[in-house]
Amino acid sequence: MPFMPVKFNLQKRVKLAQGLWMIYWLSVIVGILIFSLGLFFKVELRKRSEMMDNNESHLVPNLLILVGLLAGGVSAFGGKVCHDSLDPVKFAKWKPMLKPYLLLCCGFNVLMLFTALLCFLMQFAVYLTLAEGLKNSIKFYKDTDTPGRCFMKRTLDMTQIEFRCCGNNNFRDWFEVQWISNRYLDMSNDLVKDRVLSNVEGKYLMDSVPFSCCNPGSPRPCIQHHLTNNTAHYDYDHRIEELNIWSRGCREALFAYFSSMMNSIGVLILFTIMLESLDMAGLKYLATALETMEDPENPECESEGFLLEKGVKETFADLFVKMKMLRGGNEVEGGEAAEAT
Amino acid sequence: MVLLKIKFTQQRRVHLAQGLWLLSWTAVIWGAIIFCLGVYLKMELLRRDEVMDNTEIHVVPNILMIVGLASIGTNWVASCVCQDSLDATRFPRWKVLLLGWFAVAAVLCCLLISVVALSFAVQGRLEESLKVGLRNGIRFYKDTDVPGRCYQKETIDRLQMEFRCCGNNNFKDWFEVQWVSSRYLNFTSKDVKDRIRSNVDGRYLLDGVPFSCCNPSSPRPCLRYTLTDNNAHFNYEYQSEELNLYSRGCRQALTDYYMELMNSTGPVVLSVILIQMSVLLGMRYLQTAVEGIMALEDPEGESDGFLLEKGVKETMEDLKVKALILLQFWLVDPIAPEGSSEDADLEKAEKEASPTPAS
Repeated sequence: MPFMPVKFNLQKRVKLAQGLWMIYWLSVIVGILIFSLGLFFKVELRKRSEMMDNNESHLVPNLLILVGLLAGGVSAFGGKVCHDSLDPVKFAKWKPMLKPYLLLCCGFNVLMLFTALLCFLMQFAVYLTLAEGLKNSIKFYKDTDTPGRCFMKRTLDMTQIEFRCCGNNNFRDWFEVQWISNRYLDMSNDLVKDRVLSNVEGKYLMDSVPFSCCNPGSPRPCIQHHLTNNTAHYDYDHRIEELNIWSRGCREALFAYFSSMMNSIGVLILFTIMLESLDMAGLKYLATALETMEDPENPECESEGFLLEKGVKETFADLFVKMKMLRGGNEVEGGEAAEAT
Repeated sequence: MVLLKIKFTQQRRVHLAQGLWLLSWTAVIWGAIIFCLGVYLKMELLRRDEVMDNTEIHVVPNILMIVGLASIGTNWVASCVCQDSLDATRFPRWKVLLLGWFAVAAVLCCLLISVVALSFAVQGRLEESLKVGLRNGIRFYKDTDVPGRCYQKETIDRLQMEFRCCGNNNFKDWFEVQWVSSRYLNFTSKDVKDRIRSNVDGRYLLDGVPFSCCNPSSPRPCLRYTLTDNNAHFNYEYQSEELNLYSRGCRQALTDYYMELMNSTGPVVLSVILIQMSVLLGMRYLQTAVEGIMALEDPEGESDGFLLEKGVKETMEDLKVKALILLQFWLVDPIAPEGSSEDADLEKAEKEASPTPAS
């Protein structure tokens, strides 16, 4: 008893072939889209890699690039098969390749499911990498004379300006770090000496933030120094001042950016999985409809297409038996070899 | 003596019609591209509307948009004419329109050439407009509580950060203006009182700049107050410090940006001019060839295509004569011929008869 049989006459077969051809080309376009999104994601990760300690994992974008290319290739092949399907001479060429092709498509769908899962789960890894990377970035902000870290200041400033954020969790992260290099500190000055001596590690700590934390939307010119000292500025209360500097932390801002990117790519991959499954089902129907034609010479005859030759349970049972036989065959051969020795 | 005569067999006519059809559709697409370029340029100008004093420069994108639309329409008509040209029954209805079409196409080419010239000529006006606009922007930077100017500060800050510039000509423009609102000044402080008394207008002037002038590429955390005082900062020299703030003025930065935009439309406009002229010439040849064939009433025969029926000089003289005749008709009417001179006399008599106020 075939699984989900459908009767096909010539017109229906032609319509199925044409519709399937269009869906295959749509899949090719979606494959190209996934490829470009993978490239874009890779470029974005590279751009922000200094914020992540150059430690970020490129597994997801690499996988996306691979999946995009495979989707394009597989769908193009399927489209070609559909195109040739209504010509019995050309179709005979493709017939033997259909079973391995459908198995390949199954495997590819599993790969895509794995990629979609990674898109959703790797966000945690990105979050942790960002937290660690930003902490180090803030620590190395002042090292504009150390090779390998010269541009950390510029990168962090540009990031804070672009993403409208300040510090790791919030602006107070800048209070715990010396972000002015010793080259620009007058060590003979009493104020400087006081500050340096006021903590165990001898760091010059201030309650100030860099200029890139300033919010242009504030009605008041930006106050970056002596932020916790209300008397240092006229008509200023640091507890109620909201618009002066950015209140969001950069970890949250960057994570929101990457997470929205990964979520939308994950949704796109799920959509592609459904599209590919539709393709596979359509191709199976087309192939079986062409095979079960009662009179191959007469193209107008009716035929029946189906998804599986027997029902679902029976097909699985068959598969199980085949696998057992393969294993049993190995055991028997092993036994004979043991006897022979 | 015809100008640039070419013999057209039927096959050549068919090729000409097909080639011209393709060319006119290409011209339609290019017209759409010109329209989109005009829209993009206008959007970019509108975005920075607040720092521009007048809208004179908007003439460039406006002309581009009009020309783009007109080009789409004109070339679409051309393609219709080409399609109908080889059918003797459908071509005659286009005959009347063709003279008008040539005039419109010629005007389009002239407008396109004028756009190219304008985009160079308008640079001076743009700089003037930006100079005044930026000067006002810097003056009103502090007025975040005045309706209509609340967002001036944010606009100028974002502009300086995006275009990496500071002030109008350079950062010293900020020294001449009070950019800290009086709401945030402590008037009981000696320093504030000194500064206000130090100038005639009673403004609080600083040798400091807003944070948006800071250059992130500087190896040193940004110094933006007491810039002219070397002793105020450790290891700092005002004259040799280069990377601390942006050195370029915003007027220069914006002018460069817009001139670059307009210059990049130059090649596109030039190619459209070339394509439009080719369509114009091709259409003239097609018109004369098809009309010649229709006069002969032999669709398979040969005919001549030409640009002008007589030479250039003779055509100009013909046009002059026609124009003079038209002009004469227009001028001669008020200076009456025989019939209406009696009416003029009657009018004169009536005027004399009616009592004048003086007499």
